Amino acid sequence: MTTESIAWPRSAVESRPLVQRLHEWVITVDHKRLGILYIVYALLFLMIGGVEATIMRIQLIRPHNDFVSPQVFNRMFTMHGTTMIFFVAMPVLFGFANYLIPLMIGARDMAFPRLNAFSFWMTAFGGLLLYFSFVGGDGLYGAGSAPDVGWFAYAPLTSQTFSPGHSTDFWILSLLVSGFGSIGTAINIIATVLCMRCRGMTLGKMPLLPWLNLVMAGLVIMAVSPLTAAQLMLLVDRYLGGHFFDTQAGGSAVIWMHFFWVFGHPEVYVLVIPAFAFASEIIPVFSRKAIFGYPVMVAATICIGFIGMSVWAHHMFTVGMSSAANTFFVLSTMAIAVPTGIKIFNWLATMWGGQIDFKAPMLFCVAFLFQFLIAGLTGIMLGSAPFNWQLGNSYFVIAHFHYVIVGGILFTLFGAFYYWFPKMSGRMYSEPLGKLHFWLFLVGFHLTFDFMHIPGILGMPRRIYTYEPGRGWDVWNLIVTVGVFFQAAGVLVFVGNLIWSSFRGELAGNDPWDAWTLEWSTPSPPPPYNFAAIPEVKSRRPLWDLKHPEDPDWQYE
Amino acid sequence: MGGVRYFRCGAVFAAVTASAAPAHSPLSPTNIFAPVSTPAQSIFDLSLFVLTVTASIFLVVFSLLAYAVVKFRRRSSDDRREPAQVYGSTQVELAWTVIPVLIVVVLFLATARVIASIQNVEQPATALNVTVIGHQYWWEYRYPSQKVVTANELHIPVSDPAHPIPTVLTLLSADTDHSFWVPRLGGKTDLIPNHPNSMWMDPHETGLYLGQCAQYCGTQHAKMLLRVYVDSREDFNRWIQEQQQPAHSAEQVSEGQRIFEQTACVSCHTVAGTPANGTNGPDLTHLMSRQTIAAGAASNTLENLMAWISNPAVIKPGCKMPSMGLSAPQAAAVAAYLETLR
Repeated sequence: MTTESIAWPRSAVESRPLVQRLHEWVITVDHKRLGILYIVYALLFLMIGGVEATIMRIQLIRPHNDFVSPQVFNRMFTMHGTTMIFFVAMPVLFGFANYLIPLMIGARDMAFPRLNAFSFWMTAFGGLLLYFSFVGGDGLYGAGSAPDVGWFAYAPLTSQTFSPGHSTDFWILSLLVSGFGSIGTAINIIATVLCMRCRGMTLGKMPLLPWLNLVMAGLVIMAVSPLTAAQLMLLVDRYLGGHFFDTQAGGSAVIWMHFFWVFGHPEVYVLVIPAFAFASEIIPVFSRKAIFGYPVMVAATICIGFIGMSVWAHHMFTVGMSSAANTFFVLSTMAIAVPTGIKIFNWLATMWGGQIDFKAPMLFCVAFLFQFLIAGLTGIMLGSAPFNWQLGNSYFVIAHFHYVIVGGILFTLFGAFYYWFPKMSGRMYSEPLGKLHFWLFLVGFHLTFDFMHIPGILGMPRRIYTYEPGRGWDVWNLIVTVGVFFQAAGVLVFVGNLIWSSFRGELAGNDPWDAWTLEWSTPSPPPPYNFAAIPEVKSRRPLWDLKHPEDPDWQYE
Repeated sequence: MGGVRYFRCGAVFAAVTASAAPAHSPLSPTNIFAPVSTPAQSIFDLSLFVLTVTASIFLVVFSLLAYAVVKFRRRSSDDRREPAQVYGSTQVELAWTVIPVLIVVVLFLATARVIASIQNVEQPATALNVTVIGHQYWWEYRYPSQKVVTANELHIPVSDPAHPIPTVLTLLSADTDHSFWVPRLGGKTDLIPNHPNSMWMDPHETGLYLGQCAQYCGTQHAKMLLRVYVDSREDFNRWIQEQQQPAHSAEQVSEGQRIFEQTACVSCHTVAGTPANGTNGPDLTHLMSRQTIAAGAASNTLENLMAWISNPAVIKPGCKMPSMGLSAPQAAAVAAYLETLR
C-alpha cells in the first residue's frame, strides 16, 4: 500500500473558467464526483421534503385548522413520501455507495463508469419530472397540481376515473425513470464489489460497507423491477385501455398492493442496510475495536435480505387475506427480528471494552442504536396481525416507520456525513456545530416521533387533513408539531456547517480518525485515480496492520 | 367495558396513555385499549402480551446499551494505547441467536391463536347481517333481511354473552378503497372494490362508538366519519320498524319537495315512496332520524342542512355533492322539506 500521489499539473486544476469546471461536473464519469452529485441532489430534496412535512404538521397543530386546503394537504403527503423515499433516501445512499465502495476495495472507479453517470442523470431527471407536476400537472391551463394519490398510490384511486388530468402521470413517469436509474446503480455496485477488489481482498476480507451494499444492490434489482413493471401496467391502464387495476372492468386493486409492497418492503431494507453499513464502519473506529463477529454480521445481513423478500404482505393485514396468509406473514415478519437483533448485539459487543470517543459521527450512531431498538420493537407489535388490525394505517404506523427512517437511517446518515466529510472535502467540519446539530435534532426527533405513537393508539388514522376535537388527539399533535421546528433548526445547522467547513474548515489530512480501511490511505480529497498504486491487503483492516506491525489482524482472522 | 379489568389495564399502560383513565370515561372515544366487543377484546389481550414481551426486551437491551456507552466512554485518564481487540465469540453469538428465536416462536404462536379466534369463527343463525358500502366520503348501510337502507349512522343490537347476536358486516366499495375502523368494537378491515370482505363484532354495552375511514380514499378522506349506535334489543327493533316505514307523506306536496324533485337531487338521493330514487348519494327517507349529516362532518340541524344544500363545499370541500345554485329561500324550502323526513 502506498500514500504517494502522482503530481497533477496545478495549472490544469485552478486556472480554468467556472463554466468549464461546472461542465466537467455534468460530463463526469468519476465515481467520487457522481457520489457527491447524488449527495448534494438528495440534500436539496431533503429540504423540499422537509418543507412539505412542516406544512402538514402546521395544518395538524390543532383540530379543524385551515392552514391549507384538503387538496393541498393531500398533495403534501404524497409528495413528501415520494420525495423522501425515491429522491432523498435512495440517492443519498447510492451517493455514499458510489463514493466509498471503490475507495474501500482499492479500485480506481466503479465497474461501469458511464452506466454510473447515466443512472445518476436518470434519477435526477425523475426528481425534476415529479416536481414539474406542480406547474404542469393539469396540462396547459390552470395553475398546475402535484399528485395526490398517496405515495403508495392504491388502485383504483389512480385510474382515469378518480385521478383525471396529468398529476398522477407525473408520479408514474418519475418513478419509472428513476427506477431505471436505481437498477443501473444496483448492477454497477454488484459488478464493482464482485470484480474490482484489490489483490488480497477476498470476500471474507472485504470491509462490511461494501458487503452490505452488495446485499442492498441485490435487493434493489429484485424490488425495484416489479415496481417499474407495475408503473408500466398502470400507464397501460390509464392510456391504452388496460384493466390490470381497473376495478370497474374486473381488474384487481389488491394486485396493485402486492406489486407495490413486494417493492415497498424490501425497499425498507434497501434503505436500512446501507445505514447498517455506516454504523458498522463508524462504531468500531470510535470504539477503537475491530467489529465484533464479522462473519455473523455478513450472514445476518444476507439473512435479512432473503427474509426481507418474503414479508411484504404485512402491509396488507387489513385487506382481508385468509387467516393462513395472515399467519404466514406474521411468521416471516417476526423471523426478521432475529438477524436484526443479532446485528444490534454485535454493535453492542463492539463497543464493549472499547474506548468510546463521542465525536459527532459516533453520537449519531449511538442514538441510532437506541432508536433502532425501539423501531424494531414497535415493528414486532405491528407484525402481530391482530394488533395491526388496530394499529395499521394509524399514526402509530407513521411513528414506527419514521423511527426506522429518521431515527435509524437519517441518524446514521448524519454520522456518515460527519465521518467522511473530511475525506470528501479535505477539510474538518466544526465539531461544536456538529454536536449542536446532534442535540437539536435528537430533541426534535423525540418530541415529534415519540409522541406521535399516542394519537395512533387513540384511533387517529393517517392521511387526514384535519380531525375532530374531543378525540383526545389535540395535545399530542401540538407536541409533535413543536418537535418539527427543532429538527428543522438542526438540519439548518448541519447544512450551514457543511458549507462553512468546505471553505474554512481545518485541513483534515489523509486519516483524521486514525481509521483502518483503505479510503483513509489516500489523500483527502482523493485524486481522480484514487490510488497511485493499487494496494494489496492481508486483512479486513489493512491500515491497522500498517500501524501495528507487531500485532497485525491477519494473524487472527 | 369491565370496569375493574379496564382500570387494571389502564394502570399498566399509564406510561403509554399518559394517565390511567377512570372506568367509564376513556381518554378518547376511539381508544384501542378500551374494547367493548369480543374481537377488540382479543386484540387487546394479545396486545398486552406483546407489549409485555417487547417492554422486557427493551429494558434489557436498553440497559446493556446504556451501560456500555457510559462504562466504556473514553476518559481523559486513558493512555493512548488501543484497547484489547476482540474479533468475536461463537458461544455468545449462539446465545443471542437462540434466545430471540425462542421469543419469536412464542410471540408467533400467541398471535396465530388470536388470528384464528377472530377470522375462523362460525357465526350463530341469530347473527345480524349488514352490508356496508363505502362511497367517496360516506357510508351506505343495507340490512338485507330487514329491507332497510340507511347511511352514515349504523345501528346494531347489543350482544348479551348469554344470548349473543353478533353483527356480521359485509364490506363492499362503490369506488375507491376505504377502511372500516371503530377501534372500541374491533380492528379495521378494508372495503375494496371487486374484493368483498367481512368482519364481525358483538358489542357488550350500548352506546355510541366513533371511528372513521382508515384507508386514504380521496380528497375528503378525513371527513368520512363512522358512528355506530349500539342499541338495546328493544330500541334496535323499534329503530328497524321506523326505518321500514315509507317516507312521511304530507297532505300536499310542499314547495321544498317540489324543488327537491325538480332539481338533480333525485338523481343521487332516494326518498322511499316518492319519485326520488337515486343511489349515488345517501338514502334520505328517514334523514331526521340521524344526528349528523355529511358522514358525521356536521350535526343535523336546520342551519347546517341549509348551509349544506346551498354549498356543500363549505362543510366538506371536495365532496361529491354539487351546489345546485339554489337561492336562499329555495334552500330553506328544501331544508324544511327534509325536516319532515322523520
